[in-house]
Amino acid sequence: MTPKRLTIALAGNPNSGKTTIFNNLTGTRQKVGNWPGVTVEKKEGHVSRFGYDLTVVDLPGTYSLTPFSIEEVVARNFLLDETPDVVIDIIDASNLERSLYLATQIRELDCKVLFALNMADMARARGMRIDDRKLSELLDVPVMFTIGNRNEGMDELLKAAIALAESGAPLPRSRRVKYTYDIEEAVGRLRSFMVSKCDGSLPYPPRWMAIKLIEDDKIVKERLIAAVPDEAGRAVLQAGQSLRQHLAARYDEDPQIVMTDERYGFIAGIVREVQTAGTRQRVDLSRSIDLVLTHRLFGFPIFIFFIWAMFQMTFTLGEYPVQWIESGVKLLSDTVEGLLPEGAVRGLVIDGIIAGVGSVIVFLPNILILFLCIAVFEDTGYMARSAFLMDRIMHLIGLHGKSFIPMLMGFGCNVPAIMAARTLESEKDRILTILITPFMSCSAKLPVYVVLAGAFFGARAGTVIFGLYLLGIVLSILTGRLFRSTLLRGADAPFVMELPPYRMPMAKSLLIHMWDRSKIFLGKMGKVILIGSVIIWALASFPRDVSYSRDFEAELRQAAAAAEARQAAAGDAESREIQAAYEQTAAELRRLQKAEQTEHSLIGRIGRFVAPAFAPLGIDWRGGVALLTGFVAKEIVVSTLGVLHAAGEREEENALENALADSGMTPLAALSMMVFVLLYLPCLATTTAIRRETGSTLWMLFSIGYSTAVAWAGAFLVYQGGRLLGFA
Amino acid sequence: MRLSELKQGQTAMIARVGGEGHLRRRILEMGIVKGTEVYVEKYAPLRDPMELIVKGYHVSLRVEEAAQIDVEYVA
Repeated sequence: MTPKRLTIALAGNPNSGKTTIFNNLTGTRQKVGNWPGVTVEKKEGHVSRFGYDLTVVDLPGTYSLTPFSIEEVVARNFLLDETPDVVIDIIDASNLERSLYLATQIRELDCKVLFALNMADMARARGMRIDDRKLSELLDVPVMFTIGNRNEGMDELLKAAIALAESGAPLPRSRRVKYTYDIEEAVGRLRSFMVSKCDGSLPYPPRWMAIKLIEDDKIVKERLIAAVPDEAGRAVLQAGQSLRQHLAARYDEDPQIVMTDERYGFIAGIVREVQTAGTRQRVDLSRSIDLVLTHRLFGFPIFIFFIWAMFQMTFTLGEYPVQWIESGVKLLSDTVEGLLPEGAVRGLVIDGIIAGVGSVIVFLPNILILFLCIAVFEDTGYMARSAFLMDRIMHLIGLHGKSFIPMLMGFGCNVPAIMAARTLESEKDRILTILITPFMSCSAKLPVYVVLAGAFFGARAGTVIFGLYLLGIVLSILTGRLFRSTLLRGADAPFVMELPPYRMPMAKSLLIHMWDRSKIFLGKMGKVILIGSVIIWALASFPRDVSYSRDFEAELRQAAAAAEARQAAAGDAESREIQAAYEQTAAELRRLQKAEQTEHSLIGRIGRFVAPAFAPLGIDWRGGVALLTGFVAKEIVVSTLGVLHAAGEREEENALENALADSGMTPLAALSMMVFVLLYLPCLATTTAIRRETGSTLWMLFSIGYSTAVAWAGAFLVYQGGRLLGFA
Repeated sequence: MRLSELKQGQTAMIARVGGEGHLRRRILEMGIVKGTEVYVEKYAPLRDPMELIVKGYHVSLRVEEAAQIDVEYVA
């Protein structure tokens, strides 16, 4: 017999420890995908426990089920349409009153729900005691205690969830929020009217639908019309509307507001009965930490220090593993060279696949560290403080402090950053944030800076790169102001944001966080970059029968013969010297041959075609081609430069840097190219994300056009301005 | 008086939440409802937004948003 399947949904407020519990329950057996139709992250895990196949779904963290934000819509639709066997509502025990707001809304949905009072240890430390039996009795809901970050109570929670799912008991009808007489009467009337008019075809529980119609819930109204498209549906809507108006006149207030008030009134009653509060205000470590981190004078310097430290860690600490990977890639390349015969296949494998993927994988350590730092900011609670600190400034650009979070994530990868813009409630805010996020220099652009700045600015490379990041930030601010006063005029969303207590991050959750995001980078590399590298290798390698300006093959044979002849007449030591000298000459000849071949290749022709557009920026045709190929993914700029400068043929370390310096590029031209890379059109994956998140191809095209125009103008100013000022 | 007129460390009772649709509903849903006690924990370094303690948790609001909330001064 196959084990029975059950679906368990985890609901709860943001910062309630929901994700920690999800990680505890499912371990690493997680599937991260998207909710259908939207790109809110959907986390799902499968476990076989206690004789059941359990699917655990992590709903987006929300404070309510009123469909304001996409997260709330997604969470509610899952509960309504997928009808999980049981819902576990995770309640931050130290935050009982506010958590119960969501809980009462879930209760109203008439699904099987179980409360997990999480972090009860912290509540106790704050002198708070919760009577779980009383709570369970008052709301007619099973209540369990859990301590997510110590992995306590997980088995009991699962067992209770299974027991609840399997219990045939009818859903408890009582113990729900009871509204005041007038509202209850209106709800009751609308409910019976609805049942009499369209019984059987109602998509959801009638009482809940009646409440939502009185609250003027757009989605429920649409669903009703979709399910009951005839006269009856319209009649119900009309009845709801007139009851709404009646109540609005009666209370001189929007009924939804009255009902929110009453839910909190109901909750206050419960909290009084079940919670014995200790000290009313928290005098704890978290508050003391916050007094320093958001201090009037020290707050900003500390914030800037953290950002600076993040970049230092990323680039200095990441340097060591980068070197190991570099040697590994070289070893692999050498091994393959020995195994395969010379020809197109060897070229494809070494110069296409290994060189292309290799030049990107070396930056994996940097990216892992960066994502780890961002995960630390998020899991400690500092991310919310950064929004608190930055809101005033972001508000000047016409943005919400929360926009700072996606923008900061943009430094890692624009794709998750643009997805993170969903946390913004106002659509204008979201579009504006999405439009300016690509100016945040993503980690894929970093390899380009590292190579160019490393080759031309030596010890000052770090400063140059820091300057580039700064330039991106400044331009995003200017863009924000410009668009807020023209294209996207209007007020920004309210800044009502929880500042969760500081928490010690858990290693496991940090790692899962970091890995989930790095997987996006790796996945991109696996598919897009591999294909991109191969296409570029092919464009650069064909046609293969090029008529060279010199006969390289003959020269190579000549050099070999000459060396052999001299070696025959020389002693041991001298012979080795001759051999070394010959190898150097041969390598140089092969490099020149390769470069010339590339020049005549398909990509060389494309490059020459677009070269006039890049000439005023001081970028040669090779740079132009590299930039074009960077549309696939920014990392490819480096590998294209590698191929075009035939860096793979060179034996020494930092081959590409040296090749670039030899090619006649000036530091000014390198700076201009870096500015162009910083600003120009977002990569393929990002443009796809922009299209999906704004829901409009027009915005995507606008973003591409705008950023490329800014990039060209920026690089032009740098190069021509620099020349006027006398830099070469 | 208005919530935005409170100084750091002062406590008040919410009397009425004004404002429009979105903002108002969000504020109410976060538990800032009539009769709730609020404590002004601090203002951000740039004097905006402000941090409040409501129902035992910390929440931030912009000063202009807090200006739409009427309160009764307690202490």
